[in-house]
Amino acid sequence: MTPALPGQLLIDGKSVAIEGERNLLELIRKAGIELPTFCYHSELSVYGACRLCLVQVEGRGILPACSTPPETGLSIRTATEEIRQIRRLIVELLLAQHHSQCPTCGKSGGCQLQSLARRLGVDSVRFKPVPRLPTPDRSTPSLVRDTSKCILCGDCVRYCAEVQGIGAIDFAYRGAQSAVVPAFNKPLSDVECVLCGQCAAICPTGALTPRSELPEVWKVLDDPTRHVVVQLAPAVRVALGEQFGLEPGTVTTGQIVAALKALGFAEVYDTAFAADLTVIEEAEEFLKRKGGGGSLPQFSSCCPAWVKFAEQYYPDLLPHLSTCRSPQQMLGSLVKATLPARLKIDRQNLVMVSIMPCTAKKFEARRPEFKTNDQPDVDFVLTTQELARMIEERGLSFTRLEPASMDMPFGFKTGAGVIFGSSGGVSEAVLRYALEKVPGVKGDAIEFQETRGDAERRVVTVACGDQQLTLVIVSGLRKAREVAEEIKSGALKADFIEVMACPGGCVGGAGQPLSRSSEARRKRSRGLYDTDRMLELHKAQDNHLVNRCYQEVLHAPGSHEAHDLLHTVYHSRRRINQENLRLSDSPPTQPVTVRICVGTSCYLRGAQELLRDVNRFVTDRQLAERVDVRATFCLEACDRGPTVRINEKILHRADLGQVIKSIEDILEVLTPLPAGST
Amino acid sequence: MPLPLPNRFDRVCKILDDHDRNPAHLIPILQAVQDEYRYLPEEIMVYVATSLGLPPARVYGVATFYSHFALEPRGKYIIRLCDGTACHVKASIPILEALQRRLDLTPQRKTTPDLRFTLETVSCLGACGLAPVLVINEEVYGQVTPARAIELVEALIAKESPHVTANA
Repeated sequence: MTPALPGQLLIDGKSVAIEGERNLLELIRKAGIELPTFCYHSELSVYGACRLCLVQVEGRGILPACSTPPETGLSIRTATEEIRQIRRLIVELLLAQHHSQCPTCGKSGGCQLQSLARRLGVDSVRFKPVPRLPTPDRSTPSLVRDTSKCILCGDCVRYCAEVQGIGAIDFAYRGAQSAVVPAFNKPLSDVECVLCGQCAAICPTGALTPRSELPEVWKVLDDPTRHVVVQLAPAVRVALGEQFGLEPGTVTTGQIVAALKALGFAEVYDTAFAADLTVIEEAEEFLKRKGGGGSLPQFSSCCPAWVKFAEQYYPDLLPHLSTCRSPQQMLGSLVKATLPARLKIDRQNLVMVSIMPCTAKKFEARRPEFKTNDQPDVDFVLTTQELARMIEERGLSFTRLEPASMDMPFGFKTGAGVIFGSSGGVSEAVLRYALEKVPGVKGDAIEFQETRGDAERRVVTVACGDQQLTLVIVSGLRKAREVAEEIKSGALKADFIEVMACPGGCVGGAGQPLSRSSEARRKRSRGLYDTDRMLELHKAQDNHLVNRCYQEVLHAPGSHEAHDLLHTVYHSRRRINQENLRLSDSPPTQPVTVRICVGTSCYLRGAQELLRDVNRFVTDRQLAERVDVRATFCLEACDRGPTVRINEKILHRADLGQVIKSIEDILEVLTPLPAGST
Repeated sequence: MPLPLPNRFDRVCKILDDHDRNPAHLIPILQAVQDEYRYLPEEIMVYVATSLGLPPARVYGVATFYSHFALEPRGKYIIRLCDGTACHVKASIPILEALQRRLDLTPQRKTTPDLRFTLETVSCLGACGLAPVLVINEEVYGQVTPARAIELVEALIAKESPHVTANA
């Protein structure tokens, strides 16, 4: 064995240069040895829990490579007999506690526990299996949480907290009882999860998986009374091929359309058509705000996880969110409003399915705002992975399919709608529109390279006539939180802010084929920008079928009809569903109930002092028998806090005097003070 | 008498303020809150979490990790019976059974419905020389027998409420 040179160390006897790697694991992988890991992800903090990356460091013993910094002269062995045995033992122990249901598991084929067991040659488990079998959590339309398959690597916990800045799930309990659960072990639907699904994308096993709607979709496809149409999101066409052995970024739009037709969908439409429509509505809204008619900066609203996040954490910024529905919902409402008459079918029998790279879209489609006469505008949402499974189940040979084209009019798009699927795409598409609409500005620019890139947060300044437009592009909700805080404090000035919850935008969505590298995401993005270049048209305003849609149905951007079909409203949303905080001992049968919001916004506006003063008033006047005071979290009017509800009456910007007066008014009516009777 | 609820909530706010709403002080804050309520009510944990800017799931994780924290209402008198090796060998289980019979409790139901008594076992109190050991709130009793344990509990019942009848 040769001694290591300065700046080098030895890996299995071979000299390797240290070039800024943060830990031995990165260095070993650079040297071409794929050490197994469950809990190491370069974009997350180092956790060191799975112990699979143990290596023999000469003179120091056995150490985890992920949390050992590289040093000149170290001599490392990665596969001694002892280490091989340790690794196999770890996998064996995990399997003993794992609820192995491989053939029927949602992660089968993409499960790292399965593939590592095979790779490490674990062919039997010597321990008595002791799986815990809690009922899987199916409370949300987007995800299934099955802790019986959890190996406690903590990837989901760190992703949710570190990249998304939420922390909806965390470790709880101790020892053999340890589990990753939402707060108070509530179902996921009752906590602050925004359903982005990145936990499921990073989960090495089947503990977190996207929830499938395949059985329902197969059923409607087989029902001759239903007319089933489908829309295809931009990001799907550059990723689906991966499930069939193609390179990430390969554009397979034609094959996907052919497959959808073969599966029995009557019409195939492009969500990018609705994205063109979104560009026009959103840019017009922006120009109106910029002209002095509303709150700036304007935040984009096409990402449903971001919308839910904003509703939970930034209710005071909701007036800044574009009122535009997402392309999925615009197309849903437009198709349901126009197609029945054209095809002479009953609206009830028209079914809209969408193929999305996203799990949060399943939640979005079920929002009550997007229902017409109690019927959802989009009936079912399938992920890219689910569509691939349909193609497999139907036995279609995807790569050999003859390409087919989408149906008109909603299958026609420009490049502007296609690039929506990449972070920065919405901003670029809006610029292509807005710059042409500003009087005196010649808008022949098509590509705005500065909006593209990998950074999670990019600030772009564009000259627009005599003014400068500042656009901020963020992906990942922790970054979105930073930007929102800076906007609130005034530290950041911007005109337009595009937020995508998933890194890289929709191409990195949790419904996409599983991929452990950011390289796949970049290639998918490139696929979208290449598609834009190959299309004849690049600006939403040049989409003549969108324009015809305006002539025939919508009349003009921002019109009454457009508002009915293409826009929406937002509501502040409680983060956790639970009881109000009881503050008085007597049972709540008092005639007057006072609920004081102590949520974050109201707290900052002095809700706590108000609560104390109201309590003092009730105690001093000995009204505890008649007035029930409780603190509550979020009366959903955070921008006008502190908010107090007294029986049915809501007081905004409440002060003690108002509250006392309201209480006295009610008491007066209910039980005239017994002054005269004594 | 425990403080009335409004005052207890005031105290929680004061506890948070005393710790400058510093998330690094979560454990001492939860300890102080538990001193007020004798357990950690869910709504209070959410309030503590939002006040500290922490996700509620993190607070729940900490609260469920340490056996010191209780998530269910607990009695005014918390009886901790040691069942560590020394106490177990010196027959702690008959004491446990006698207390469970007297207070009508089970391994699952640890607190009396009137919230007077909570009966728990602990793994070691570090007083093995006195085995078997019983602790009621902060008071330590050594070399306890089932009869002696019942005697202690009867005294507390009598002291607590002369008007409460035996079936309470």
